[in-house]
Amino acid sequence: MNILVIVKMVPDLVEELAVDPDGKGLDPDWVRWKPNEFDDHAIEQAILIKERHGAQVTVVIPDMDGAEDAMYAAAARGADRLVKLRGDFTGSANNHALARALGKYLPELQPDLLLTGVQAHNDLDGSLGPLLAEFMGLPYLGYVAGVHLQGDKANVRKEHPGGVVAEMEINLPAVLGIQAAEQAPRYVAFSRIRQAMKTAAIEEQEIPHLDISGAAEVSLMKQVESGERAEMFAGDPDQVADRIVAVMRDHGIL
Amino acid sequence: MNKDIFVIIEHLGGEVADISYVMLAAAREIAPALQGEVVGILLGGGIENLCQNLAADRVWLFDDPRLADYSPTTNLHILGELIQQHAPRAVIFGDTSTGAEVAAGLSARLDLPMVSACHSLTVGDQSLGYDSRICGGRIQVQGELPSPTALIAMVPGGYNPDSGRSAVPPPIERLAIPHLEEPPIRLLSYIQPETGDVDISRAEVLVSVGRGIQNQDNLEIVEELAEALGGAVCASRPVVDQGWLPVSRLVGKSGRRVRPKIYLALGISGAPEHVEAIGGSQVIVAVNTDPEAPIFNLAQYGTTSDLFDLVPVLTDHIRQARSERVA
Repeated sequence: MNILVIVKMVPDLVEELAVDPDGKGLDPDWVRWKPNEFDDHAIEQAILIKERHGAQVTVVIPDMDGAEDAMYAAAARGADRLVKLRGDFTGSANNHALARALGKYLPELQPDLLLTGVQAHNDLDGSLGPLLAEFMGLPYLGYVAGVHLQGDKANVRKEHPGGVVAEMEINLPAVLGIQAAEQAPRYVAFSRIRQAMKTAAIEEQEIPHLDISGAAEVSLMKQVESGERAEMFAGDPDQVADRIVAVMRDHGIL
Repeated sequence: MNKDIFVIIEHLGGEVADISYVMLAAAREIAPALQGEVVGILLGGGIENLCQNLAADRVWLFDDPRLADYSPTTNLHILGELIQQHAPRAVIFGDTSTGAEVAAGLSARLDLPMVSACHSLTVGDQSLGYDSRICGGRIQVQGELPSPTALIAMVPGGYNPDSGRSAVPPPIERLAIPHLEEPPIRLLSYIQPETGDVDISRAEVLVSVGRGIQNQDNLEIVEELAEALGGAVCASRPVVDQGWLPVSRLVGKSGRRVRPKIYLALGISGAPEHVEAIGGSQVIVAVNTDPEAPIFNLAQYGTTSDLFDLVPVLTDHIRQARSERVA
């Protein structure tokens, strides 16, 4: 069983975001990149499958700030093989471009199962998984929280709104968009990540050209202007608590 | 050139999903300026009764027992042929567990431009524009959707779903199902949600926690607050993913929609996936140390007090208020 996990680096929302001077993209000087949270769940799901059924887990990440740290952390958690995609993934690169490039390269790795996060907070042209599946001619199922292999098929749990879960069967090879791994991504001590830095090898794959067609054009990007903002209560906890209690009284809660 | 707007109507468990009415409301608003019509499209088995209140100029049905269970590959096949045949000006999908994957798959398959997280649409001089929100609702993006056909994945928030409902049933046409191969994805069963100890969708008072709660032990002060209020504790996705609260307490896109009298949001940033499920609350009070957190755009009241300082004090004040009332 050969499992590939594709990880996208996204802006860390803990940091302030700024739009670049031409107003069409985020200002890269202000962005700190981190692995997409749903992709982190995809790595965890891959490791869980490996522990249950035995598998080789390969993690593929575009070469951006923070990508190597993310790869070593994945190795410390149990990933077997690390591949860094070399190319210009900042700026106007979008999911169509990344999916198209991966669609050409990934078949070489002969995957049985491809996992990626169901979405990323900066997706503007669809999420990566369904685009990648289509470019590779494979079936795709997203919003997956639970994967069990059965021969050349996988049984997966797909989440729908309202808490309804569909248990579905999908022929392999396939691409799955992971909403949540069956358990929270495991914590690894920094000492193990440091060890992975010494022992794990990062392979490199050149992506010479990114074709961004297929996404709607961006003419303006800006910070969301706060329209009607909440009425803010300031002061010490006693004063704020008084104001909240008053709101509760006004609404008949107390 | 075809100027119609196709709306892919979503339904689950014999009910039309709310997002479908939002999409119809959007389509109705732009269709006159584009001089096109709104065409609602449904795929399923035994679904004609779902069309009665759809505010569409026409409804096309792919109604067949083989379509009773959702399979993305089947939808891709049927809708791909339909879109190629008619080349409508736009096709609106829900940015949801079913619509998002079909829209993106069609964008790649048919080489059509796509935008996701679409909040609203605008029509200029024969042009069609989108307005999307990304990066947890912090960044607004606008642009044009090129001719002849663009695919849109829409989130709630930009339109009143009531504008997508009609008292007059639309004309319905049943379309022939194209040849279908055995799909590589099959439904085995539906697992209905367990409501567990409390049904948060019916609770009148909800104390909701997000990532800001930091760890499971800290839930204790929140449970005390909920108890003092006679309410229930619920959570956003990160808390449930950590296993700190069961999935029956999840509020958001893939969890429950809630309509309490008061929703107290503690350490919740206000990501779109969460916010879309709490809009029915009568009043929202948000506590978050980040003054820029998008939750303050939705909440009526807020504070940047640290929740760990505030919550125990608030619990005391509420207990006091209750005992004064009893006295």
